[in-house]
Amino acid sequence: MSIELGHFALVLTLALALVQTVVPFVGARIGSLSLMRVGEPAAITGLALLAAAFAALMLAYVQSDFSVANVWENSHSAKPLLFKITGTWGNHEGSMLLWVLILSFFGALVAAFGRNLPPTLKANVLAVQGLIASAFLLFILLTSNPFARLQPAPIEGRDLNPILQDIGLAIHPPLLYLGYVGFSISFSFAAAALIDGRVDAAWARWVRPWTLAAWAFLTGGIAMGSYWAYYELGWGGFWFWDPVENASFMPWLAGTALLHSAIVMEKRSALKIWTVLLAILTFSLSLLGTFLVRSGVLTSVHAFASDPTRGVFILAILVFFIGGALALFAFRAAALAPGGLFHPISREGALVLNNLLLTTATATVLVGTLYPLVLEAVTGEKISVGAPFFNATFVPLFLPLLAAVPFGPVLAWKRGDLMGAAQRLHFAFAAAVISALLAFFLIDRSSAFAALGIGLGLWLILGAATDLALKSGVGKVEPAAAFSRFRGLPLSVFGTALAHAGLGLTTLGVVSVTTLQTERILTMQPGQTAEIGGYTLRFEGLQPFTGPNYTEDRAHFVLTRADSVRLGEIISSKRLYTARGMPTTEAGIRTIGLSQLYVSIGDSTNDGGLVVHMWWKPLVTLIWIGALVMMAGGGISLFDRRLRVGAPTRRKAALAAASEEAS
Amino acid sequence: MTRKHKRLAVISSGMGFLALAAALTFYALGQQTSYFYMPVDLLTQPAVAGDRIRLGGLVEKGSIVRGEGTRVRFAVTDHEHTVTVVYDRILPDLFREEQGVVVEGAFGEEGVLLADTVLAKHDEAYMPREVADSLKERGVWQEE
Repeated sequence: MSIELGHFALVLTLALALVQTVVPFVGARIGSLSLMRVGEPAAITGLALLAAAFAALMLAYVQSDFSVANVWENSHSAKPLLFKITGTWGNHEGSMLLWVLILSFFGALVAAFGRNLPPTLKANVLAVQGLIASAFLLFILLTSNPFARLQPAPIEGRDLNPILQDIGLAIHPPLLYLGYVGFSISFSFAAAALIDGRVDAAWARWVRPWTLAAWAFLTGGIAMGSYWAYYELGWGGFWFWDPVENASFMPWLAGTALLHSAIVMEKRSALKIWTVLLAILTFSLSLLGTFLVRSGVLTSVHAFASDPTRGVFILAILVFFIGGALALFAFRAAALAPGGLFHPISREGALVLNNLLLTTATATVLVGTLYPLVLEAVTGEKISVGAPFFNATFVPLFLPLLAAVPFGPVLAWKRGDLMGAAQRLHFAFAAAVISALLAFFLIDRSSAFAALGIGLGLWLILGAATDLALKSGVGKVEPAAAFSRFRGLPLSVFGTALAHAGLGLTTLGVVSVTTLQTERILTMQPGQTAEIGGYTLRFEGLQPFTGPNYTEDRAHFVLTRADSVRLGEIISSKRLYTARGMPTTEAGIRTIGLSQLYVSIGDSTNDGGLVVHMWWKPLVTLIWIGALVMMAGGGISLFDRRLRVGAPTRRKAALAAASEEAS
Repeated sequence: MTRKHKRLAVISSGMGFLALAAALTFYALGQQTSYFYMPVDLLTQPAVAGDRIRLGGLVEKGSIVRGEGTRVRFAVTDHEHTVTVVYDRILPDLFREEQGVVVEGAFGEEGVLLADTVLAKHDEAYMPREVADSLKERGVWQEE
């Protein structure tokens, strides 16, 4: 019964989304406030209905109602409760439902909290949101209905793909979608501004919190996905430049650019047209990502199985929204008033450089992701573009960007002084260079790249710290006064510093793992020892174990330090999920400080040995810790008083901008 | 500098970056891609020893030789032609006989492919044939 109610709620949401599209839009055209106001209750009711539909599907999963085709295909009665719940979105239909649920969540937030938005802007934003929701609801209802029934109902389900039976599924997709779909708000604001024909600094102020929130979620989502793939797949890699990973990385890069150009627009009312274009492009890349993942045009380690009609449908949605928004942009952008002027050496100039590098880097990732698809479609030739391609294109563009980051916050607006900025950063620069040299001579003389990367990571972290110190006047005023100034700094300053420092931490982790990790593949007999990264592993033997819905062979290893202090056991296993007969590798991971020892096991050999693949991964955890720090930076910025969602009115915003200029 | 000059400066530096990115991309596409072959393709255009290729096909039944230390030997076939592959690492979990597989590596001596990457299908909707057929009759099964 609840399933039918869920289905009904879904259809009702579609009808409501159409109302939300048409009525406020018409209202904004003819200037009728009462028609414009229809968008708000429609958006909020839509969220409630979708939440009910989602809850109905989740209930079916929890109750293992195999009369629902989706549940039967992706669940099993013996599955632990957590995975029954997360299994709701561990499949194509359920994850699309989560997609629109989050879309409508953001729409409802605008409806509920955007009180100070001008009514026409708000009406147009909600109308565009409604249009996106309508398209995807139609897609779900026509091609991916999660509420289809089976008659007669099977007794047992086919179980969830074991790879997905992990806590990662509880966190990664919701975070990722909060990011992906959160950019729809920036998109709707851009489209609404173009419809309105009016973009000003206040617009940037309203868009920035949404972009910031989406960006922070996407950062967390990507990092979580990376860590999940790292420990679950048993290959020891944290990033594969896989098309599906790129699909989430491209909106992140474009979103990062948007975040920075919106600052310029808000503070200096420059780069208006560019910011609007970036807002469109960022969500377009999210849609492209959805298309790549959901249509089945890609074979990837992450893609769910899917059928071609869905691909065509999503492609149509993609073409409609991207094409429509870009056409709107082409017609209206010229009408937008041009922005303010600035000197190339200034904070604006630095942010323009940031945008140029980020967007070209995005373009190379886009080419690397789509080129094989296009080539195959045109010539039938199949090629693969992998990590070497991205190392040769993305990395050379990203390194100068990283090197330039610390300059941005210490340059003045409008007209900056590069020499002055360099002087202010001299301590951070010297420390970074010294540590790079130390790293080169003490750790690894063979790799200049390792030294360069370590120096670069520290440069980012120390640069961020320097920025905080400069802004609180360390060295210029009394320590006590500096401390009180430090406490009085706006939260967005801390946000910037944290995000930049987090980027530095991630850089350190990535560089250290890619250049300094060691690995060994060998056959081990019980009792045999192997040394790696200064630690000794003794293979104790294999032991069978039975879990709730799997059986496994556990290999026990005893870990000892070089000074023969015992550090406990590492267990690595080969698991067999009985319902699907599908094997998985459960890597044994031991975190020591910030580094990790990673052990994967393979087949048994004829002479009773076991194939073991082990890695020593120095500072690997910094990759994800850095991402968490970046996410925290975004979150802290969000609580800056000046950025409170919808808080400032146009007049106040203008005043604030004026007072900032004066200070 | 006038507004026009400044805009020109921004646009030209943007073009500069794009040109750089394009140059890097063309260079990398020329150097860093590997072509995909099926075993039958190698009959008509044999690969030179040392060239990196990606080879796709099915793991031939009964061809897997494990247990020689860390080394595994198997054959990839498309029922027209068969290529022997040697791999010195841990095989992916879903690597099985008669399953689709993509291996990446270079040919060594004697036409044996020395693989450094083996990819097996990752997401597998395993279902007995008869179950799938009966579902199709009921019209609830969607072709994948």
